[in-house]
Formats: sequence, structure tokens, C-alpha cells
Amino acid sequence: MNRYPLWKNALIAVILVLGLLYTLPNFFGEAPAVQVSSVKATIKIDPQLLVRVEDTLKAMGVTHDGLFSDANSIRVRLKDGDTQLKAKDALEKTLNPVASDASYSVALNLLSSSPQWLTNLHALPMYLGLDLRGGVHFLLQVDMKGALTKRLDGTAADLRTLLRDKDLRHTGINREGNNVVIKFRDEQTRDKARDLLNDNQPDLTITAGQDGATFTLTGVLKPAAEKRIQDFALKQNITTLHNRINELGVSEPVIQQQGADRIVVELPGVQDTAKAKDILGRTASLEVRMVDDENSANAAVMAQALHGQPPVGTDVYNERGGRPLLVRKQVVLTGDRLVDAQAGFDNQTHEPTVNLTLDSAGARIFKDVTRDNVGKRMAILLIEKGKGEVVTAPVIRSEIGGGRVQISGRMSTTEASDTALLLRAGSLAAPMDIIEERTIGPSLGAENIEKGFHSTIWGFAAIAVFMSLYYLLFGLVSVVALASNVLLLFALLSLLQATLTLPGIAAIALT
Amino acid sequence: MEFFRIRQDIPFMRHALVFNIISLITFLLAVVFLVTKGLHLSIEFTGGTLMEVSYAEAPEVEKIRNRMIADGFADPQVQNFGSSRELLIRVPLARDGDSSKVADRVMISLQAAAAGNAPQMKRVEFVGPQVGKELASDGAMALLLVVIGIVIYLAIRFEWRFAISAIIANLHDVVIILGFFAFFQWEFSLPVLAAVLAVLGYSVNESVVVFDRVRETFRKKRGMTTPQVLNHAITSTISRTIITHGCTQMMVTSMLIFGGPALHYFALALTIGILFGIYSSVLVASPLVMWLGVSRAQFIVAPKKDQEEAVV
Repeated sequence: MNRYPLWKNALIAVILVLGLLYTLPNFFGEAPAVQVSSVKATIKIDPQLLVRVEDTLKAMGVTHDGLFSDANSIRVRLKDGDTQLKAKDALEKTLNPVASDASYSVALNLLSSSPQWLTNLHALPMYLGLDLRGGVHFLLQVDMKGALTKRLDGTAADLRTLLRDKDLRHTGINREGNNVVIKFRDEQTRDKARDLLNDNQPDLTITAGQDGATFTLTGVLKPAAEKRIQDFALKQNITTLHNRINELGVSEPVIQQQGADRIVVELPGVQDTAKAKDILGRTASLEVRMVDDENSANAAVMAQALHGQPPVGTDVYNERGGRPLLVRKQVVLTGDRLVDAQAGFDNQTHEPTVNLTLDSAGARIFKDVTRDNVGKRMAILLIEKGKGEVVTAPVIRSEIGGGRVQISGRMSTTEASDTALLLRAGSLAAPMDIIEERTIGPSLGAENIEKGFHSTIWGFAAIAVFMSLYYLLFGLVSVVALASNVLLLFALLSLLQATLTLPGIAAIALT
Repeated sequence: MEFFRIRQDIPFMRHALVFNIISLITFLLAVVFLVTKGLHLSIEFTGGTLMEVSYAEAPEVEKIRNRMIADGFADPQVQNFGSSRELLIRVPLARDGDSSKVADRVMISLQAAAAGNAPQMKRVEFVGPQVGKELASDGAMALLLVVIGIVIYLAIRFEWRFAISAIIANLHDVVIILGFFAFFQWEFSLPVLAAVLAVLGYSVNESVVVFDRVRETFRKKRGMTTPQVLNHAITSTISRTIITHGCTQMMVTSMLIFGGPALHYFALALTIGILFGIYSSVLVASPLVMWLGVSRAQFIVAPKKDQEEAVV
């Protein structure tokens, strides 16, 4: 017999115990659960909601096995499928009294049913891949050319305003492919314009040229700027997708960047691909309308409006704070005209602001509207699924030209960035195409688990029998070693929270 | 209990020429099938839509195919999958139109084809043309890199004769697997590609074991001719070879039986690969080394180092 020092044996024992401990959660399986998460970016999950959920369940006589809450959702673990459905209905009714205007999504989910002390040790079960769990996988390709074109259109509009402000006469500004071309009658104006642009447009490389009697300036985006725009487009698209998928009430969506211009979306448990695709492809629209201040201030009219009889030509929408507001039906601007929205600070007052950039057509309309309505309020509405919400309703202080709009006043920095996000969320920065799609039904997922598991077990058994017969005692020893190898592998994978897929099972089997 | 109580060296090398001719013929056949029939690539590589649907009652495949053609799908493939109640439908990429909506349109078409026997969707895979091309080129690249890596490794560890014959033997396995897939028109998918790469790994492992023993024998035993040395090396490792691969094969067989359709071709590719891997490392690589003119002189140049390299 080989004699190993005690500490070696002890080390092996400790490792095996640890391995067993971290493999354990995989054996407990999963219990049905209900997950509550916020649908709107304006509503956050807070402790009060937790109390509300608990009270609701108590009132309905539903006993739960545990309530968990994190930053984005509240999860309730339940005994079986029946209570799960009952709890879901109850929560749905209390949290979303008006079904058409849901603030929370209540989704069925599965939670690991391993005991709390294991969870405290961070011993969590392995995450099952889509092929074992069922769900939808999309690979989306972001059209970067589209993003650049959109941006260049915006730049052309900026240049137009810039040149007009400085009183430099040009005979036309156009986007031609990936260039912005400005035409001038004489060389002097062109040179002046070139200096101006070099100072004001750091993102553009300006080259001067001459075509017969016309003098031209050609602006091309610098590679660094191009890259920044593309990164921004991708990030914004991911944000937008996040917002939309939250509405689907998917328990653990994966939305990741893949490569330079692709986004992976994985929605476990979602079966209805048509709906998922619809939501991914949908654009929430942004509308700018005038507020009917006179009637909004009139309590009697408001009371009537809230009962479904708003004055002619107006609609009732809720402000983000919850206050109702009468908004004229006529749409001043739509979100198509919005190029960008960013949070920032006012130069003079240092108050947080939201800065909007409009394209040329939008800028012109905006200038006209603001000139005629100084002192009145305009509402920016975010319309999704046919329901609108007033994101912000600032007072127009003066005529605003040039397509650069600054919204300021009584805002915190977080509010400003939230508003900017909401405004941006309405639109995708660049169009996207689905280039890969996989849907796996839940029954197929369960089947795959079973088959993978069976083949592993039988293979293992066959090897164990063969080894024990062929090598007798040594065979048994090696079988034990093999078993602990698999055990440690599972433990490590669980510890790393790796995703287990069918090929993964096959690979484990082959080791 | 012991299966392989071999006292004498088995004279493998006497039949080396025969084995090599057999190998050459199978290899050429595989190449011919690959060229004439081509691989039946899965939609992961070609792009297109694949759907798996299950029915409550067995549907008429022909009727569904006709219905789909009538609904404007070009060249749809409809076949039974697993059981008669389950169908696998493949639709190639449409040159125009929104390919990502194909799945929804197929479902509508299927529902129209079988009233009262509504299908249930089990799985949809849609791969765009670009992704398909990328996967195909990435897959080829993976294969190429593995081969280059193996050559470099073997060249460093042994010498060029071994490296060349090992890589020829291994590629011979790969080509033969591919030949099988081409001949039977089995579907060549990503898991199969993974299996092929795994086979390359196993096969190299096997070659290394035999070659190690060859080198050791050259150093230890004097007065043996090259074929005798090879015979000795193969005979002394054959028991280990068959047992390890036998065990792997047990696992693969169990996957083949219990793994269901998703793992079927993966396991199949591994099975062929393992069988040919044993054969090729023993009976293809070694004769090649011999033809390439390996001899004792190449090993006793630096006798003092490499002493500990007796693996197995």
C-alpha cells in the first residue's frame, strides 16, 4: 500500500466534500415561482412592493415558500403548479388593476428549490442552456451603415444652421453617400466656412475642392467618430431591446453584444416567437404636442376629462409624477425627427438638463412652433403599444432655432439621465435584422435533458462494469476516481454558473 | 482476467503494404464521394429555416409537401423525424423577402394542410446567409488550425518523419468520416464538426503513444530491424489502445442509443472516427514511418536527454 501523509488524504476529503456541496443544488430541481418585475422604466422595484405582494398573497390564502427580491424583480417561490397559477392571477389583479395599462409584468418562472443555506454558500444550480430549457434565441445584425447615414443627415442639418448663423451663403448642403458636400459660389466664402467648420465640427475631416464654377467643401466622418457612433448605436439598441423585453415578462433574458455589430437575445421559456419578434422589431414612438394649459388648470374640466370626456381636440395623459394633463391632439413633431437625446448641464445655471438634437426638418418646425407659443408648455409623449405617457412637459421660454433643444428646470441629475434614456429608448439608433433564430419547445428541452442524462448514466455504468470485471479492485478504484472527476466537474461548473447545454452533457460524458 | 496476453510480437509490418493499399482505396473512395456527392450540410452552414413539429396523429407527408409548394415555398424538404408523428421541415433561403418570417408562414401553411390535426411547434432554427457562410469558414479554419497545431507539436516532440506520417494518418481518418457522411448523405452539422475535431485529438493521442514506444524500443533494444521495432511497439501498446478506446466507444454507443436524434450524428461521427482512429494510428501511421525511412541512427544522437520520456 502506498502511504500518503495525513494532510494529503485530508485535502482530498475536503475537496470531495466541497465538490459534493456545490453539486448538490443541481439535484434539488426547481420549484415553480412567480416573478414580478417593472414594465416601465419610471417604476422601480422597492420594499413597499414586496410588502404589497406579501399582503396580496396572504389575502388570497396562498402560502408561499419564500420571497426574494433584487434590484429588478421580486420572486415568490410556491409549492406546485396550481398555487403558482393562483398566485399569478392574484398578483396580476392587484398590481395591474387596469389590464390595458400594466405597470408590472407578472411571469411564471422556476426557482431552484435547494435549501437556503446552500444558496448562502453561493452553491447554485447550473444554468440550463436553451436547448435543455426551451426558449428563443435570436441573433440580430445592426445595420451600421444606417446608423452612420442617420448621423450624417443630422450633421448636414447642423451645418446648415451653423452657416446661416454666421451668414455664410452656400448654394446647397447634401449628403452624398458617406460624405456631406457643401457648395459655394466663391472661394472666399468657402475658405471662411472651412475655418468655421474646422473649429466647430471636430468629428469631420473637411477637404476643399472645386467643380467648375462651384467651390465645394466635403466633410467625411473621422474614423474615431465613426467608431464612436457605431458603439453608441449598438449600446442604444441594446438598451432599447432591454426595455422592450422587460415588457415580455421573461424571467432571465440574455441580451449581449457579439462582435462589433451583432446582438444576441436569448429568452428562456418564451414560446411565442411571433410576439417576441413583433416586440423586438417595434419602435415606440415619440410625439411632441402642445399642452392645453387653460383647461388643464381648470379643475372642473379636468374632473370631466378624467371621466373620459376631455374637451374637444385634446387627450388626457398622465405625467410621470402621475398628474393628468390635457394635451392637444395635433402632433407637432414625431420621434423620427429626434437625432439624439443626452443628459447634460446648463452652461450658466449649472442645472441638470436634457439636450435634444433634432434634424433639419424638425428644427424648422420646432422653431416655428416655439416662436408662436412662447410661455406655453409643450409635452413630449412616449407612445408604446398605443398608450402614451408624458415624459416631460417644459415651458417654452423663447424661440428655439437650430435644432438644439435644452430642457431644464427642477430636475435632478438622475432624472435628467432617465428622461434622456426614455427619449432615446423610443427609437432604435440603427435598423436591425434577425439573422439567426432558434426556438426550442419546452417538451423538447425536457426530452433533451432526459436523453443526455440517460446516455451518460448508461455509458458510465457500462464502463464501471467493464473496469471492475477487467481490473477487479483497481477497476473499482478507477471508477471511484472517475465518479469524483465528474462530481468535481459539476461542482466547478455550478460554481462558475456555466450554462449547461446538450453538447456540454456529451462533452462531460466523454471525459 | 486479461484479454490480451500477447507473448510474441505480432508481425503487423509484414502486411504493411496490404493495409496501406486498403487505406489508400478507402481514402480515394471517400474523396470520390466527397467530390461527386458532396456533404449534406445542415442549415447551420447553408442558411435557411429548419422546423421540427409534432402532430397528435400521423400526418401525410406528401400532402404537406404539396401544400407548402402551393403556398409558394421553393423546394421544401419534409420528412419524418424520430416517429411518424413528428416532422422535420427544411426550407432553403429565399432569395428575396423576409426570411426571418418563414417559420410563421410555414406554420400557417401546415395548419391549412391538416385541419383538425394541428401541429405543435417543437423547434425552429433560422440561419441567415451571412451567418451560415461565416460558420462554414470558421469551421474550416478550426480544422486547419488544429491540423497545423498537431504538426507543429509532433515535429517538436518527435521528428519530421513521425509528424508527417501521423498527420497523414489523422487526415485519413477525417477524410474517411467525411466520406461516410457524403456517401450516406447524413446531415453534416456543427456537432459533427466538433466530433471530427475530437476524433483528430484521439487519433493524435494514439499515434503519440505508439511513436513513443517506437522511439523507446529503438533506444533500448539493439539488433532489431525497423519492422521488428515497429511490431514490438504496436504489440505492446495494443492492449491499452483497445481498452481506452473501447471505454470511450461504450460511452459513445450509449449516446448513440439513448441520446436521441439531437446527438445521433455526433455519436455516429465519433464511432466511425474512433474505429478508424485505432486502425490508422496502428496500421497506417507506422508503415508510413517505415516507408519514410526511420532508423536507429536518428535516435541515438542525444542519448542522455529524453531519458524520462517513457510514457504509458
